[in-house]
Amino acid sequence: MDKRKVIQSLAFGLFRMAALVNALALAILIYFLVKNGISAISWEFLTQPPRNMMTEGGIMPCIVGTFLLSFGSMLVALPLGVASAIYLNEYAKPGLAVRIIRIGINNLAGVPSIVFGLFGLAFFAISLHFKVSLLTGMFTLGFLTLPVVISSTEEALRSVPNTYREASLGLGATKWQTIYKVVLPAALPGILTGAILSLSRAAGETAAIMYSAAVFFTPKMISSIFDPVMALPYHIYVLATAGTEIDKTRPLQYGTALVLIALIFSMNFIAIYLRARMQKKR
Amino acid sequence: MLSRKQKDFLVKSIFFVIALVSILILFLIMFYLFREGLPIFEVVSVKDFLFGRYWYPTSDPPAFGIFPLLVGSIYVTALSTLIAVPLGVMTAIYLAEIASPALRNIVKPIVELLAGMPSVVIGFFGMVVVAPFLQNYLDLDSGLNLFNASLMLAFMSVPTICSISEDAIFSVPRELKEGSLALGATHFQTIVKVIIPASLSGISTSIILGMSRAIGETMVVLMVAGGAAMIPESIFDPVRPMPASIAAEMAEAPFHSNHYYALFAIGIVLFLFTLAFNMIADHISHKYRQVGAATL
Repeated sequence: MDKRKVIQSLAFGLFRMAALVNALALAILIYFLVKNGISAISWEFLTQPPRNMMTEGGIMPCIVGTFLLSFGSMLVALPLGVASAIYLNEYAKPGLAVRIIRIGINNLAGVPSIVFGLFGLAFFAISLHFKVSLLTGMFTLGFLTLPVVISSTEEALRSVPNTYREASLGLGATKWQTIYKVVLPAALPGILTGAILSLSRAAGETAAIMYSAAVFFTPKMISSIFDPVMALPYHIYVLATAGTEIDKTRPLQYGTALVLIALIFSMNFIAIYLRARMQKKR
Repeated sequence: MLSRKQKDFLVKSIFFVIALVSILILFLIMFYLFREGLPIFEVVSVKDFLFGRYWYPTSDPPAFGIFPLLVGSIYVTALSTLIAVPLGVMTAIYLAEIASPALRNIVKPIVELLAGMPSVVIGFFGMVVVAPFLQNYLDLDSGLNLFNASLMLAFMSVPTICSISEDAIFSVPRELKEGSLALGATHFQTIVKVIIPASLSGISTSIILGMSRAIGETMVVLMVAGGAAMIPESIFDPVRPMPASIAAEMAEAPFHSNHYYALFAIGIVLFLFTLAFNMIADHISHKYRQVGAATL
């Protein structure tokens, strides 16, 4: 056999192995979470607040809090992100302004989440007197996911064929009418996919909310956007590191982690499915 | 009533203003970090802050030297990059060049799910599964250490490295690959000698962005790195990287105390690191952008 062929099959084996390591890592992680967490999951766990110093009861307030935080962040990120992407993809001509805006977006995407947390604390919570609250968390997470929304919306807009735009403009529509009536509807599934991914990103975020929105325990249900919230990721962190009965609450920790990744994976699956369907259509 | 033209111009202007919001946010973040962080330099000089070897923010007198935290951050980032780069780039090559469409449709979502995995879950896994494993099998004092943290961080940067590298490899013009194969090179030789060099700017960008993600990642190092603010002597020593210090101590730092200012100042250092990484990545991807076969 050709020596080059031997080298090739060895190298390709190595590449396959690398891909396999990723799959294995994911499988091991899910295996441990499911194996140790499934016993904690019950109707009571999902629908009751914690009891008895967190060692019993459920995580319902955390589920509610995570939903409020992530959907709330979309209220901030989606309008800003879609509008920014429309400007960049539909209106802007290449030049210095666009270059600077893009550098801004790329750098915003690179800001560590703990720095977003510090910013949320200093700006929203203290300077704007939002306090440690759902509202602060919504804005902090909204800003954090803004770059994700922008880039996925841009991708969706780019995939709309130019012939659509030309046909609309040719019929006498203005640019804005074209965007509103033709481009946006065609790009909607792509924008939706991006929104779901940002939603899942916001739901799993911990460092950005630990000093801006989340508390370990609130006895009452959230009643205003100025109240702090409980959230799944922060709950896992505190139970696992700072609780008084770390070993006793281990099953609850696994259970909470399992609920969180079930939530996030289902969002990701919806996004992957939507995208696959779109690609098939094209 | 506005004419159609005026209305169109108005709409365009509104979108332009909104597009500027990202930059505005970036400046707001900088402004607030500096406002809340700079006062610490009235107590300690920049040099002593960055290179001071003792971080005892709550002692009397306190010591605000972040060198051990800085070193901790650099070590975990370097080690996780060493693990993540081969893994990420090889997976990217596998996806772009070797995998059959059916396998690609399985492996790619796996990488995306890894990318979507919340950091707190990875940290939790490192704490309750990997740490006891390391402790038992390597006979260590504690499984919460530099190595464990780097390993967990690596799995967070692999998806970043993999997806950007894959895009770069995918966009290498077909004729380059075909030319190489037509000259009698094997597929592997073509990958090493043609495809990787042609996509090197994308691969480098992906590595830098992966490092940027690793140095800023908080929950993993907070839960897994061990938390000792000391300069490690082996990869199995505990460390306390910068994000971990901020996250762990913010709760106990009194508002507008020196400790509070110092934590924001660490935030500045962290922010500048990721800013630098991103500027370098941006520079590489623009300067060496692959436009077509003609640029090689």
